[in-house]
Amino acid sequence: MVLPHLDAAYNLARWLMRDTAAAEDVLQEAMVRALTYFASFKGVNPRAWLLQIVRHAAYSSIALNRGIETVPVDGDDAAELISGDDDPEAALLRSREACRVRALIAALPVELRETLVLREFEEFSYKDIAEATQTPIGTVMSRLWRARQLLARAAAAEGLP
Amino acid sequence: MPDCDKVLLVQAELDGELDAAQAASLEAHRAGCPICRQAQAELVRARALLRAEPYETTPDEVRAQVMARLRLAEPRLEPARRQRSSRRWLFPAAGGFGFGAACAAVLAFLLVLPPRDDVAEQIVAGHIRALQPGHLEDVVSTDQHTVKPWFDGKLDFAPPVRDFAADGFPLKGGRLDYLGGRAVAALVYQRDKHVIDLFVWPEGGPLPRLAGGTQIQGYNVVHWTAGGMNFWAVSDVERPQLDDFATLWRKAP
Repeated sequence: MVLPHLDAAYNLARWLMRDTAAAEDVLQEAMVRALTYFASFKGVNPRAWLLQIVRHAAYSSIALNRGIETVPVDGDDAAELISGDDDPEAALLRSREACRVRALIAALPVELRETLVLREFEEFSYKDIAEATQTPIGTVMSRLWRARQLLARAAAAEGLP
Repeated sequence: MPDCDKVLLVQAELDGELDAAQAASLEAHRAGCPICRQAQAELVRARALLRAEPYETTPDEVRAQVMARLRLAEPRLEPARRQRSSRRWLFPAAGGFGFGAACAAVLAFLLVLPPRDDVAEQIVAGHIRALQPGHLEDVVSTDQHTVKPWFDGKLDFAPPVRDFAADGFPLKGGRLDYLGGRAVAALVYQRDKHVIDLFVWPEGGPLPRLAGGTQIQGYNVVHWTAGGMNFWAVSDVERPQLDDFATLWRKAP
């Protein structure tokens, strides 16, 4: 059985929660909600609709747990990335870089982070981002702009290529 | 926000949100605007960083947990469904209908696919647009070694370019196109009197894939992937010929 948008939902949950376990809870919650309300879905873009639900679930969870939000980027990720590569040295370098980029994204304010993730990782159009985040397109554009500026400058400051 | 109100357009271009006319007018502006060129450089840099990030798929055990939760949650649907079905006087035998509808909703949800024909329709629309006079090729050449370098710097990937003149599909040129919010390469081929457009862009990302081919508004569309690229061929040639064209590509070294 295929859940075609599960990966997108999982990714957004991870980026919003910045914690794997919390992201999994949010994912479960969102998928159950989506199933419950699926009959009432009348739009044309089920992916944007599902991610809107994920986002709601994540925001409620963040609101509930405010103050005990966990630290981004765990050490396990690095190990995962290295394994299976032929050139361990290059892989280590790459994974360090990837971790730093990830940390930079994770450090972005949540509204910039979600906009950037939807655009760059899910390749959402502005219209779909506007739908998923329930934000006007103009705001989507300026958030994307700020997110990318912050990221590019932080990366330059860290000496990333 | 920097001092030029066009920077968001620079960004929109990078995101594939501008049409050809807007892109052309931006191009003219950017030539004389250092702020926009600086912005462009930063945007490209940010994108390169992000695109190097691996896309994480859902771990199998998480997927399994979700499936298990969904199976548990299924019965929750029934009461809501019954209420609705009881209002449906058209279905007097509503007992069965409620359950059937619940099952259908679950199935539809589990099987709901990205609108598969979406891309195919965009491909056909792109093809028809390109057939308007003067829109077909940005670079006119039957030489793959001219067409391929032409794409350098215009796309964030290097599309494979091949000429199959010996097999009856001569290359005529190439152009940039926009599909699903991204810039893609379009290669133009001739088959007798017919034009074949071949759209190419890297695999990955959420663009839905269509296995095999389809027909829309009389145009045949064939899709395949190879070497990490999506290929979509569209033309009004007969389907077998388009399939031959696809086979040539797939067998190409």
